[in-house]
Parts: sequence; C-alpha cells; structure tokens
Amino acid sequence: MSTTEIDRQWTTRLRRRAAGKLPPEKLLPDKQPSYVSSWIYVFGVTTLAALTVVIATGCLLAIRGPQWWHSSSVGLFVNSLHLWSVEIFFFAMVVHLWGKYFMAAWRGGRAMTWMTGVVTFLTSIGAAFTGYVSQSNFDSQWISTQAKDGINSTGVGAFFNVLNLGQMLMWHIVLLPLVAVLLTAIHVLLVRVKGVVPPFEDVPKATK
Amino acid sequence: MSWYGSFAALLPLDNLGHYLHWHFIDISIANVVVIALMVITFIAALLLPFPGRQRRKENP
Repeated sequence: MSTTEIDRQWTTRLRRRAAGKLPPEKLLPDKQPSYVSSWIYVFGVTTLAALTVVIATGCLLAIRGPQWWHSSSVGLFVNSLHLWSVEIFFFAMVVHLWGKYFMAAWRGGRAMTWMTGVVTFLTSIGAAFTGYVSQSNFDSQWISTQAKDGINSTGVGAFFNVLNLGQMLMWHIVLLPLVAVLLTAIHVLLVRVKGVVPPFEDVPKATK
Repeated sequence: MSWYGSFAALLPLDNLGHYLHWHFIDISIANVVVIALMVITFIAALLLPFPGRQRRKENP
C-alpha cells in the first residue's frame, strides 16, 4: 500500500486529527493552572464520581431485579446506594452549574462545553424521573399516575407513556443513561481540549 | 429496637410531608433544606481556602 493510500484512509485521518486536537499530555495532564486550586472546581469531578456509583449500582440492580432490591437487605442497601448517589450527583451538578454560570464558563470558545453540560443536565432529569416511575412499588404507581396528565398535556404522551412500566424502565436503563454517559464523555473531552475556563481577572493576562 | 431502627425513628418518613406556602410558591421543607445546603456549599466553596493553593500560586 502506498503512502498516499495510507494517508487517505479514514483511520489515519481520524487518528491524526484526534492526536492533533488532544495529544496524550493534554488528555491526561500532569498539572492544572494555579487558579484551579479552589473548592469551586471540585464539583465537576464530584459529579463524575457520583455518576460512576450511579451506573455501578444500577448495573447491580439490573442483574438481580426488583424482587431482590425490594426484599433482601443487600438489595435494599444497593437500592439506597443508587438513590443517594443520584442525590449527590444532582447536588454536585447544581453547585458545578452555579459555579460555571458565574464564571461565564462559555468564554473562550467553550460554548459547546457549556451546551453539552446543559443537555446532560436535562437528560439526567429525564433519567431521574423515569427512575422514580420504574421502582415497581406503590410510590412509582403514585408518581406515574400523578405525572401522566402533565405529560399528556404536552402531547409527549403519544410516544412516552409514563404508565407503561416496560417503556419507562427501558428509557431509564438504556436510552437516557446512554445519552447521559456519551454527553458526559464529550463534555470532559471538550474540557481537556479547551482547558478549564480562567477567572475573569486572568483573562487579559492569558490573552497577552 | 436495632440501632438503625432508633436512627430511623429520628426521621419519621411515614407521616405526611411538611410544605411551605408563599403566594404561588408551594415547596416541601425537604426540598428547601436541600436548596439551602446547596447554597451553603456553594458559598463555602468560594470562601474556604484550598489546601496547597499558596504553593501552587508560587509555582504555577
């Protein structure tokens, strides 16, 4: 195979583009700028850590099923871990959102980083809601019957039926986690590509 | 009563929740507590010193 043919391959072009945008030292950096030494910067990674626990405990619940998470002590414990990791996930994500909002973190060509964060947040709300209606207990029945009229009034009910447990469970364990994890991965990669947004007072220095 | 039973008795969850009503705002006390905790955490994150900050400022 000639060099020109190799250069034309999509694998070669993709590898070169990825390596150019995100070299290994940028993907996994040894140090961050000094302004990152603040507690306000820890909430992004706290959200990621909580998401990892959410996915791991969700996988355990999927393996053993509703009978296990409702009746056995270990199942109830894992179920609680799943709930509380979601609580920490949203708590940290909201503080992260406030921090980035007041930093105007979309500055310096970071609009896509901001927008992927926004869409991940909205997707996570959907994932949490479908989780509430997938518990398979009286609580989930109550929530779904209360929610149906609101959802139906928007017209979404035609293809998103909150009273359909099977559909809600599939949205909760397949579609929404897939989108949330994919968007989170893109969000983190964009942070690596563009770097962490500098504080306002550092902008003139950074652009000099 | 087991130790976790005693602990659970401190937070009775079988009763009706308490709600705050103010004009059109209708919110459970539990949600108010969570929002207040997030605000406190946010302010604390801005004000509390981060370990090793001075060292990093000297060697950026």
